[in-house]
Amino acid sequence: MIYLQLFLSFLQVGLFSVGGGYAAMPLIQSQVVERHPWLTLREFTDLITIAQMTPGPIAINSATFVGVRIAGIPGALVATLGCIAPALVLVSLLAWVYNKYKNLSVLQNVLACLRPVVVALILGAGLSILVLVVLDGAPLRVENIQWIDTGLFVAALVILRKAKWDPILTMCLCGAAGLVLHLVLPVA
Amino acid sequence: MDEHPMTRAQRLRALFFSTLYISAFTFGGGYVIVTFMKRKFVDELHWIDEQEMLDMTALAQSSPGAIAVNAAILVGWRVEGLPGMAVAVLGSILPPMVILTVISFIYQAFATNPYVALVLKGMQAGVAAVILDVVCDLGGDVLKTRSVLFIGLMVAAFVASSLLQINVILIILAATAFGVLRAVYQHRKAVRR
Repeated sequence: MIYLQLFLSFLQVGLFSVGGGYAAMPLIQSQVVERHPWLTLREFTDLITIAQMTPGPIAINSATFVGVRIAGIPGALVATLGCIAPALVLVSLLAWVYNKYKNLSVLQNVLACLRPVVVALILGAGLSILVLVVLDGAPLRVENIQWIDTGLFVAALVILRKAKWDPILTMCLCGAAGLVLHLVLPVA
Repeated sequence: MDEHPMTRAQRLRALFFSTLYISAFTFGGGYVIVTFMKRKFVDELHWIDEQEMLDMTALAQSSPGAIAVNAAILVGWRVEGLPGMAVAVLGSILPPMVILTVISFIYQAFATNPYVALVLKGMQAGVAAVILDVVCDLGGDVLKTRSVLFIGLMVAAFVASSLLQINVILIILAATAFGVLRAVYQHRKAVRR
């Protein structure tokens, strides 16, 4: 039964992908390309490209994409449900523990030490996106710098820090400005 | 926390549309969505304080599943219990489901369209700016503690994850062990007095 297979496959993806995003990719590949003949490797590569170009977690995007192609909308629902089921149980449990015991001395100390670490991890994620913006995957050389997108980044950062614009609005304006500038200016 | 002038239904509705809106517009993985959630739930709505948001990020990162969904579960429970969790999760998975359903039918045209690529490239620049904007605030607060331990942990975690490419789970486990040791040390010091 295809629905059950979809559910169980994405249940495993949801259960074993700790650390989000890229950690889930090899798991998804093994489920939908190797164990089940649901996608070809080429389709899987397309899926990853699309997942990166669209909002939302890669695991949810993949569950929807594979589900729709294999068993229509119900397939997408079943696969997505399988994907989030482990988190619904485990993270809810964690939320309960956190809200009940967050004033405990040991937990206080652990969380106090985790907070600066999380800041560093977010910084790392931001910088890796910034490198992609500035160099577009090319080696670090002056002629490889993407001036338009780098300029957009600087403008957006100044606007966010000084004028406190809404972050989502700022991001969408960057998209529109990027399209216009790339079409108008000859450099790109 | 401060008082809650909204009714329960209003809070649930606000929670649903906030997660829906954030999820529909945030490209590029878990940490991006967490920074947008911080701007919305901490800075704008004042439902959660900054420390809690960082705690939830650590918990979301170290649990199985997508960071964005895990963070929605934690924020939902914190704000409005089980119904809050349900609407936050629904809000955060609906946009990717709808978008990917549409795209799965037209994916060849979408993935190869040069205009789509240009818009997404520009948005990527915006995303980098949003993340670094939030990091300036958060990192500034860590520096303000003037604690050698916390600043040292931040620098060490950055070096370990970004420069040495050490697995994030290991880094979080190490910081957890550090926290437990610190609690034991403080406890002993208190007992000795």
